Parts: sequence; structure tokens; C-alpha cells
Amino acid sequence: MQELTEIVMVFLILANLWLLASSRLMVCIRIVACQGIVISLLPFLINRHLLLTEFLAVAGVTAALKGFVFPWLLRRAMREAKVRREIETSVPYSVSVLIGILILAISLWISSRLPMPKPELTELIVPVSFFTILVGLFVIVSRVMALSQVLGYLVFENGIYAFGVALLLEQPLWVELGILLDVFVAVFVMGIMIFHISREFDNINTDQLSELADWNSPEKEGRR
Amino acid sequence: MILAACLIPFAAGLLAFFVPWDKPRRVLLILTALAHAGLVAAFWFILPEPRVGGWFELDTIGKYFLSITSLLFLAAACYGVAYLSGEDRGDRTDVEEGFIFQNAPEAVFTGCLLMFLATMTLVLISQHFGILWIAMEATTLVSAPLIYFHRHHRSIEATWKYLLICSVGIALALLGNLFLVIAGSIEGQKAVPLVLSELIGRHGELNVLWLKAAFLFLLVGYGTKMGLAPLHTWLPDAHSEAPSVVSALLSGALLNCALVGILRTHQVCAAAGLGEMSSELLRGFGLLSMFFAALFILRQPDFKRMLAYSSVEHMGIVALGIGLGGSAVFGGLFHAVNHSLTKAALFFIAGNIMAAYNTKSVSGVQGLLRMLPVSGILWIAGFLAITGSPPFGSFLSEFIILKSALDQGHYYAAVIYLVVLAAIFAGMAMIFLNMAQGVPAPEMKMSGARKESVMMVFPPAVFCVLVLLLGIYIPEFLRETLREAARLLGGLG
Repeated sequence: MQELTEIVMVFLILANLWLLASSRLMVCIRIVACQGIVISLLPFLINRHLLLTEFLAVAGVTAALKGFVFPWLLRRAMREAKVRREIETSVPYSVSVLIGILILAISLWISSRLPMPKPELTELIVPVSFFTILVGLFVIVSRVMALSQVLGYLVFENGIYAFGVALLLEQPLWVELGILLDVFVAVFVMGIMIFHISREFDNINTDQLSELADWNSPEKEGRR
Repeated sequence: MILAACLIPFAAGLLAFFVPWDKPRRVLLILTALAHAGLVAAFWFILPEPRVGGWFELDTIGKYFLSITSLLFLAAACYGVAYLSGEDRGDRTDVEEGFIFQNAPEAVFTGCLLMFLATMTLVLISQHFGILWIAMEATTLVSAPLIYFHRHHRSIEATWKYLLICSVGIALALLGNLFLVIAGSIEGQKAVPLVLSELIGRHGELNVLWLKAAFLFLLVGYGTKMGLAPLHTWLPDAHSEAPSVVSALLSGALLNCALVGILRTHQVCAAAGLGEMSSELLRGFGLLSMFFAALFILRQPDFKRMLAYSSVEHMGIVALGIGLGGSAVFGGLFHAVNHSLTKAALFFIAGNIMAAYNTKSVSGVQGLLRMLPVSGILWIAGFLAITGSPPFGSFLSEFIILKSALDQGHYYAAVIYLVVLAAIFAGMAMIFLNMAQGVPAPEMKMSGARKESVMMVFPPAVFCVLVLLLGIYIPEFLRETLREAARLLGGLG
């Protein structure tokens, strides 16, 4: 059991690093989908006695949403926006992988200092979930394309979910489902916005979304 | 009964998506707003029963902010109907850059507006932190299409920033919720449920360290939504690009909802003996917000952005009041109603100005008092109210906070507070007075801009009068409610 958990954790770490290194959107979408499915199955890995209908229902809905519905929505947005890969990033890919490793070290350090309620269960899962959360944030900040930012948001959300589920924090069923519904609608609305962005600007780079500011650089002032 | 307040606008919102005719849909909007306001008014006489095991309950804080929200929505519905009938169909020309764009379908706008009311109501009636979170994120999602009503590149930018920044912020609050669960997990027992009364009742069992972490994350998460500096970056863009009626609701109602999320956490912290830490953080964020707002209000070229920054300032004042404790809590809560009413009125009038002058820039507006006499007078009245001049209610609330700060020996806070308020007064005076006075450009006179319609002047006028009356006399029922709410937050009644 312990070994299987370790393998899954290594998979999650590698998935995050791969995401940081990859410029192909299709690959990124698949990585995030796999990550979502694995994370939704985490509770069974930690505790096999959990095969209750309630847990099964939540895990099933989560896996279906993260593994199939979200990738489908994102692929559609990708087709509509006619993009295949991210060309510009504010941080080069090699540097982002290095930063990813740095983030991993930081999350290991933070989680070693946190007093956890059930330390024997969470030894590995807590640092990995922190790592996922921080990688998600980093992707949102460093990628220019709107679609990649949504992917970052999903990774961020996966991390939070892993943290909650892995600790077997008891949340009522309705709350779990409500949170999932919110994330679903969020991705849906963001997908619609990506479509509008691509129609308005002919691409989905968010660096064009920089007109509204209070301190504009002189060249921009001149352009306006 | 309590759930009806949320379900009625929700059902009406769903219906509005499918009503193909404009007139009946507008009637639906007004009727729902009236029904909601009536229901909330009834709650003052008959307190509704808690539902679903105490998950939904109207406590004093909820009742107070729900009443503000409902009142604001009623005014926004009246104003909105007039606004929608004034919007041109089909292609429209942008006021700033002159390109052509179209509006989003009106059915989507009305539907989302009603859903917005439903989700805000859900935030205010929920006592369960999980439900509160779900409702808070839902407010972001249903209000995003409202900001994107005018479909052009600037509003896309504002909407995208709003969606992304607020979603990430609120996701941090979700992490805060999980920390709260850990704080309530005790070895070998069932965890304390995330219901406010349970958490407060069993405060002795909570793990203090995790509770601290939970408060930090919830403060940052909901603070993003509330517009506390330096997390406020979405706010000026969204408020300036949204239609004025939406800006009024965002500023006057939505920010309060986020505030309530923070207040609930503050209550738990205070019960568990962490009141000192949470108050200190609230004070710090409050002063920082005021300071940031002042920086951007001075010499602000866009009057809607100026109003947005002023919301950052006032949310800072409210947070400062809550953080100071003592009688300042009363002042802070009282300031929330003054701010909501005044800011909504100002955004409504800003909408009238934009309709007449076709610009958002301060330098493009002159001679407001001659061009739109009623709006001009209200614009000046709103200026006096928003800067806290006597005899408006905001003077009273700001004065209570100042006095309390001095009484408790927070001299630095008091000095910063006064300096910032003075700077903002000066900055705003320049903007408001320049716009009101002078002579309108001759071609404006010729074009004979639209006459001010009663529906677009009446709601802001009522709000200005209300703020004026609150400055002269606080009715007993309101005073009692504010005292009770202040006691819940650990302040003096």
C-alpha cells in the first residue's frame, strides 16, 4: 500500500514538472486531466475501507468532471481559438522547470514544519498538494495565454482538493458537490470568455489585456 | 421562509433567461426586487426559523447587510429598467475610442442580475462556512457576464481580470476553510462542524495555530473580493467598465458580502482568544487600503475609476473600524450602510453623466449643474456625503471611528486616518467641483442631450436624502441592530 501511494505521489510531482516544461496545449490539457483523475481517487488509496456510497459518488463525479468534462471544454475553447501551443511565456520553459524544483523544495520544507492531525497518513501527500497548489499559481502568473491560465487555475484547484481529500477532512456531501459545481461553472464561464477574447483580438494572449491601468507607460499613452 | 429570499430571485433569474420579450422581463425584474425587499422587510418583524440544521439562519449581522443589499437592488432594478430602455439596439459606438460594438443580450443581463441577488442573499443567510464559500464564488461567476455587458475589448479585459483574480482569491479562502476543518479536528472525535454557532460554542477545542492560518487565508481570499489593498487590482477595472447600475451593486452590495465572510471568521477568532491578532490584521489592511486609494484618487482622470478607488477607501475604513474594536465596531458597521447608499447613488449619477456627455474622463465634463440640474445637485451632495462632511451619516460614522481610535490610544492610526481622509477630500473636491461648475461646451447644448428621466434621478435622490437623515437621526431600530451586531463582533454596543 505504502509503495503504491509513493508511486502515485511521484507521478503527481512529475506531472507538475512536465506541465511546467510543456508548450503544447493539448499535452497540458491531458496532464491536468490525468492529474485530476488520480487526485479524485486518492481517498481510496489512503484508506481502503472507504467504499461508501457517499465517497464513491463524490469521487465519481469529481473524476468525471476533471478527467472528461473539463478537458472537453478546454479542447473546444482551443479549437475555437485556433491555437495549438503557447509561444511566448514571460518565463522560459527551462527556467520554469528550475523554479518548479525550487517550489518543490519549499513545499517540503513548509509541510515538515506543520503539525498535522494524522502525520502517518499525510507524510507525502501534504507536500505534494502544496507543490501542486504553488505550481498552479506559478502557471497562472507566468503564462501569457488565457487558456494556460485556466489550466493553472485547475491545477491550483486540484492541489486544494488533494489537500482536503487526502486528509480525509469531513465535509458534508452537499458542500463537496457545491464546490465542484462552482469549479465547473468557473471553467465554463472562462471558456466562454476565451472564445470572446479570441474573437476580439484574433488570439488569446492576455498580454493584450493591459490597457486598463492607472500608470501607463509613455509609449502606450502615445498609442491611445 | 429564509430560503425563499434566495429561491425567489433564483427562479426569477432562470425565468428571465427564457422570456423573449423585453417589457415583461423588465416587469419581472422590478417585481422580483419588490418581492425580495418585502420579504426582507418582513424579516424585521418575524425572524425566520433556521433551516437545515442551522446552516441557514438570519443573525443580526446577516439581517443588517441583507437589508442593505435588498434596498440597493430595488433601486438598481428601477434605475436599470430606465437604463436598459435607453440603450440603443444593435451597433453602438464606444464613448472613448469610437469603435463599434454591441451589447450582450438583455435576457442574459437581467437573468444574471437576478441570479446575482440570489447568490448574494445566500452569502448573507448561510452560517456554514462551506456554503458561504460556494455562494461567494457563485457571486463572482454570475456577475462576470454583467461586467461584460458592453462587448468590447476593455470590458473583456476587466471581466477576465475579475474572473481570474477573484476565483484564485476565493480558492485561497477554500484552503482557509480546510484549515478551519483541521483546527476543529480532535483526535478520536468527530470534527467540529463548520457552522458558526458550533465553532463559537466549542471554541475551547479549536487548534489555535490552524485557526490562525485559517483566518489568514480567509482574510486574503475574501479580502480580494472585498477590495482590500493590495489585493484590490481587479476592482477599478471592473467598476469602471461595467454598466453603472452593475457598478453600483458591485460596490454597494457585493463588497459588503465579502466583508461578511471576513466578519464571520473574525467572530470565531475572537471567541477562540485570537481577537487581538485578527483585529490587528484588519487594522493594518484597513489603513493600507485607505492609503492606496488616496494615492490613486489624487489626479485621477476617470471619474468612474475614482469612485471605484473610493470604494477601496471606504472598505478600508470599515475594516479599520472593526479592527479597532470598542465603539469603533458600531461606527464601522454604520459606515457600511452610509457607504453603500452614497456609492450606489454616485454610480447611478455617473451613469446619467456618461449618457449625457458620452465620456468617462473628468476633463470632458463641464457645467454639470447647468446641463443636468438635478443630477448636478445630487453629484455635489454625493461628494459631500462620500467625503464624510457633516451633516451626512458618513461624517457621524467616520467621527465615531476616529474618537474610538483616540480613546484607545491608537494615535498613529488616527493620524494616518485623518491625513488620508483630508487628502482624499482635496482630491475629490478637485474632480467633483470641476465637473459640476463651468459652462458646458456649446455643441453639447446644441445636441440637447437626453432629459433626465425620473427613474434615473429618483433612486439616487432617495439615497442621498437617506444618508442625510442618517446623519441627523439614527432610528431606534437601526441603532439597536447595530449595537447587537457590534456585540457579536466583540465591540461595545
